[in-house]
Amino acid sequence: MAQRCVMSIDQGTTSTRCMLFDRRGQLLSVAQREHQQHFPRPGWVEHDPVEIWRNLGRIMPQALRDAGVDIADVVALGIANQRETTVLWDRHTGHPVSRAIVWQDTRTDALVTELAARPGADQVPERCGLPLATYFSAPRIRWLLDRKPELRERAERGDVLFGTMESWLIWNLTGGPDGGVHVTDVTNASRTLLMNLHTLTWDDKLLSFFDIPAAMLPRITSSTSDYGLSHRIVPGIQIGAALGDQHAALFGQMCFRPGEAKCTYGTGSFLLMNTGTEPARSKNGLLTTVGYQLGEEPAVYALEGSIAVTGSLVQWFRDSLGLITSAPEIETLARTVSDNGGCYIVPAFSGLFAPHWRSEARGVIVGLTSYITKGHLARAVLEATGWQTREVVDAMNADSGLTLSTLKVDGGMTSDNLLMQTVADVLNVPVVRAMVPETVSLGAAYAAGLAVGYWPDLEGLRRNWHRAAQWQPRMDPALRVAEYRNWQRAVELTFGWMRPDDPAPGGGPR
Amino acid sequence: MQSIERAAAILRLLARGSGRLGVGEIASSLGLAKGTAHGILRTLQGVGFVEQDSETGKYQLGATLLHLGTSYLDVNELRSRAINWADALAARSGEAVRIGTPLEGKVLVVHHVFRPDDTLQTLDVGSLLPLHATAMGKVLLSYDADLAATLRRAQLESFTRRTLLAPAALTKALAEVREVGWAGEVQEYLAGQASIAAPIRGHGGLVVGAIGVSGATERMLDGKGRPDPQLVIYVRDAARAVSRDLGAARW
Repeated sequence: MAQRCVMSIDQGTTSTRCMLFDRRGQLLSVAQREHQQHFPRPGWVEHDPVEIWRNLGRIMPQALRDAGVDIADVVALGIANQRETTVLWDRHTGHPVSRAIVWQDTRTDALVTELAARPGADQVPERCGLPLATYFSAPRIRWLLDRKPELRERAERGDVLFGTMESWLIWNLTGGPDGGVHVTDVTNASRTLLMNLHTLTWDDKLLSFFDIPAAMLPRITSSTSDYGLSHRIVPGIQIGAALGDQHAALFGQMCFRPGEAKCTYGTGSFLLMNTGTEPARSKNGLLTTVGYQLGEEPAVYALEGSIAVTGSLVQWFRDSLGLITSAPEIETLARTVSDNGGCYIVPAFSGLFAPHWRSEARGVIVGLTSYITKGHLARAVLEATGWQTREVVDAMNADSGLTLSTLKVDGGMTSDNLLMQTVADVLNVPVVRAMVPETVSLGAAYAAGLAVGYWPDLEGLRRNWHRAAQWQPRMDPALRVAEYRNWQRAVELTFGWMRPDDPAPGGGPR
Repeated sequence: MQSIERAAAILRLLARGSGRLGVGEIASSLGLAKGTAHGILRTLQGVGFVEQDSETGKYQLGATLLHLGTSYLDVNELRSRAINWADALAARSGEAVRIGTPLEGKVLVVHHVFRPDDTLQTLDVGSLLPLHATAMGKVLLSYDADLAATLRRAQLESFTRRTLLAPAALTKALAEVREVGWAGEVQEYLAGQASIAAPIRGHGGLVVGAIGVSGATERMLDGKGRPDPQLVIYVRDAARAVSRDLGAARW
């Protein structure tokens, strides 16, 4: 039976997925394809943009077939994507000039250090809301342009184009070399280091600081907007929305009011809080970013706290220590004891992210006594995710002047009940799991459906959001204070471990 | 069955000596064609009875064999594998979803999804429900003869006047569950409430748990006072989906 539905693409770090959702926000079908990860040198991570585009050619028709839906029944397409990943391609041939440089790639380390020492570097955070770091797109564009002088000339003529993954896919879907639309959404643009956070346009000062020609940049548009009609793969579908993946999750979790926040618990974790229509400056190590922008409405800003190691600490516990055979067993092991026995694990495996940003920190396990069992270590692993969340929430409350009253959660780790209880306990707020398996895809679908009037308004969307589970804080307040102090002492012990002249352990750079 | 005899011989062989053998060594020791030995080893590896060293390619006994008697599927693993299907079941049925496994003569709730109506509800993961008075419990009893036997010796608690207490009535109910592949319960545990559940199966069809919905009788029952057939379909679909994820081939 054919029904009208919305299609969403989640172009992620390891795979690309296409999903169809009906009016109630229920999933009709999923099609997924992984793409290859290229690691040409230590610290380098690349994807082949052509492979990802070809994957789209398989998964979009497959999702339609699986749901028994015609192209004509799809009212709109929304795209969510891995952020900060950088593609440069030739406008005339459609060929990428190289593989995409992925957000995890740190090849621009030296370039960023050099840029940071230049005059004007102090203005970067002020203008774009982000610290000057390898994490974002601008240094990658610069790195590519520096490698080939002829590339810069072509970029200055507008023959070579820049885009994050959503730009690349939209340009190709809308025709590629044959009239493709070169656009980016404002949330993705807010992760480049090139967009002025107030005007939401490319900032001339930032462009000249990074020495990037304006001619190669896409037009910045609202997250929901008329991006054009698809001409290829699935001709005739209205592209209605594009958002960075974490922004799509914020939207899918219905964090529409200031102070509402979500945390996606995966390998790493990303906590975003809606701060309303004015950007909140961070004094506490958070990123200021655009949450989303609907049509002509004012942009809604967000604060973001990224935690590098959460699920990956459980993976380390499983794969490197071999104390469990599957990730969910961490809960079983942790429940063999009633507390951490005085043991704390701070997983600063490659330094600490928000709110500390200490790249020289390295991980510690402290409080070891002969009393400690693997059960206590398992508890300490789960508590590390809890306390890292607490540090980010404290920073958010301080920066935004708002107080988090509930944390909405999603991601694979939310199936761990002990972890979710721990998060509620250490934050002292209820933790709510939404009845949505895929908030990123759903967020992109919602935004696209909203753009074409499939859903009338945000309140209409709210009716689709349901609570699947809720954990209430039940930790003794005095214990919470004492444990937080212990955690903070453990964190301090990680600082200053790496020194510039240290030889790399294990025969290679970390 | 020849293949089972051969599989047993391979396990015996691996249990001896160094315990690490290549497929060629196993085939020649037992006088089997290499392809035959390889096929059996692949199946044994699939159920976790043997493991293959990723570097040498040699086979050894799997860790699963060491604790065959204890619970073979971790309940937290079960929840993690079932969570998306359980959410979808709650969204489709509009009712609260629970997943249960047997523990000490009761049903241990290992996962709970709220009824999607945004009323205040409390997570009851970790709580225990009676085996004989809930749909999940009846499913677990139906596929576990030992469990059913212990219950026959026990004094069954009466929760409502509809709770099944007579051993003959319970035995008949369990036989029906096995016949139709799902269990229902109408006001046998709580007045005004009903539940529907179906088995979750792992490798080889072994029942490892039950998934079900429960709620007010006016929503759960059809006009004849029997569990709503559409809800039964939703529950069975969800149970099959989880089972497939856990490696049960046929269900």
